[in-house]
Amino acid sequence: MRKRDVSCSPTAGYTFSNKRTMAVMQFWSPNRPDTPDIDVDAEEFPAQSALVPADSVPGRSLVIVIAIMTFLAALAANVAILVADASVEWRSDIAREATVQVRPTPGRDIELDVATAAEAMRKTPGVRDALVYAQSESEALLTPWLGEGLDLSELPTPRMIVLKLETENRPDFDRLRMELERVVPNAVLDDHHVFIERLGDMARAAVATAALVFILILAAMAVAVASATRAAVATNREIVEVLHIVGAADAFIAQEFQRRFMALGFRGALIGGGGAVAFFVLAQFLARRWRATGGGEQIEAMFGDFSVGPSGFLVILLLVGAVATLTGYLSRYIVLRHLWRLG
Amino acid sequence: MLSFENVGLRYGVGAETLRDINFQIAPRSFQFLTGPSGAGKTTLMRLIIMALRPTRGLINIFGKDTAALSNEEVAETRRGIGVVFQDFRLLDHLTLYENVALPLRVLGREESTYRAEVTELLRWVGLGERAHALPTILSGGEKQRAAIARALISQPKLLLADEPTGNVDPTLARRILRLFVELHKAGTAVIIATHDMTLMDQYEEARRLVLADGRLHIFE
Repeated sequence: MRKRDVSCSPTAGYTFSNKRTMAVMQFWSPNRPDTPDIDVDAEEFPAQSALVPADSVPGRSLVIVIAIMTFLAALAANVAILVADASVEWRSDIAREATVQVRPTPGRDIELDVATAAEAMRKTPGVRDALVYAQSESEALLTPWLGEGLDLSELPTPRMIVLKLETENRPDFDRLRMELERVVPNAVLDDHHVFIERLGDMARAAVATAALVFILILAAMAVAVASATRAAVATNREIVEVLHIVGAADAFIAQEFQRRFMALGFRGALIGGGGAVAFFVLAQFLARRWRATGGGEQIEAMFGDFSVGPSGFLVILLLVGAVATLTGYLSRYIVLRHLWRLG
Repeated sequence: MLSFENVGLRYGVGAETLRDINFQIAPRSFQFLTGPSGAGKTTLMRLIIMALRPTRGLINIFGKDTAALSNEEVAETRRGIGVVFQDFRLLDHLTLYENVALPLRVLGREESTYRAEVTELLRWVGLGERAHALPTILSGGEKQRAAIARALISQPKLLLADEPTGNVDPTLARRILRLFVELHKAGTAVIIATHDMTLMDQYEEARRLVLADGRLHIFE
């Protein structure tokens, strides 16, 4: 770095690092009054103004848009997590049970068949217990389809046996079917795999939809940021031109816009992310209060107790950071592309 | 230092605004660029600072063909050129200090490394007390001096001034000219675009580049 002499003297006047310029500048004010010694470094200098003025960027509207988008994205991400977690629980609950259906067959004693089948199942490794549904309980299962008040005693109502399975040591269902067919030919085993697969498909579809919504929200936010950046560049065209003329590189100019937009993005993301956290805390609180009601049970069966847990809050935190970074870098890219076109 | 060879410029599909422009600017030289209003003085200045690209011809600045420069190289080349605009082009949201410091700030230098330099230059142009004022409250003369200080702060090899006396009174105009002459004597190549004959008559040693009908005529 070149040596600078910034000493001042009331009689000799200034000397200056840029001696060539300062020698010339003496012609500027030949009658300049003596200037007292001033320690330049000790003067109070306010913080440097941003080169992109705050009021030249559509800041407030952009912050609102980013806040809403971040809130919706956090909602979509956490709903996906809730559904994925809930579906694991549904499938695990269902997989812990299997059902044996004993059909009434002419010439066979159904009570004997049910007892034989239940006994055979209890002896099978992996089956913890076999609960026999009484005739009345089996008929009650048909009530939602056939209505109440009907005399079902004349109908050949199948009898149900619910098998409670061990979670660690699951039975071999093929062997179980063969054994069942041997002892009670008119009994059918349902291991619920079709239902489990359907639940899995449904959960995957729900998660994929939430992920798609999440991506669309981020895309919409990116479009809003890009549009605001273009507007800001257009508004600050003269500033960009002056910066170019004094020798600013494109990267320097883009960085100034990036700084401004990243700050806006962070503010918006913080508001939206904070809103999402508040929403889930409130939803969790309300879900616990409504748990006793019928509707509350349905919602809990579907989504659990709205407890997003540490992973959900971590996702929101990451989302806030990602949105701020995305906003900054996207605006940088837009400005660089604009300047490259100008060049 | 600067040369134009058969340079032509056309806006859109019309006739050429500038045609067959040939000249060279030597280091430590002084020239007036003159001609009637609308002759293309400002356009020629914009070609020199690479704010415009010529339709044809070759422009060479500091030994580099401007057509072959990347955006980064253009920025680097511009740092060797100080420009004073007729309308000053000060940024209204920055203080005078920040405006003058702009060429150093865009280099990525820390503010503390140039604070003394900028402050002293502002004092020398008589704006020491106005360092933290915004350009919007300054007179035309003060803005002119700030614009000149901004052009000089990075010690350019070439100084361009577009109608630098267009907004000031005759006394200040003489002082501005005197400043440019001294800068030239100290080693800077100077080009002053003006149609002020009185101003040109005050420094008859200067070369005159006269633009008329899109062509350049040189009077040594």
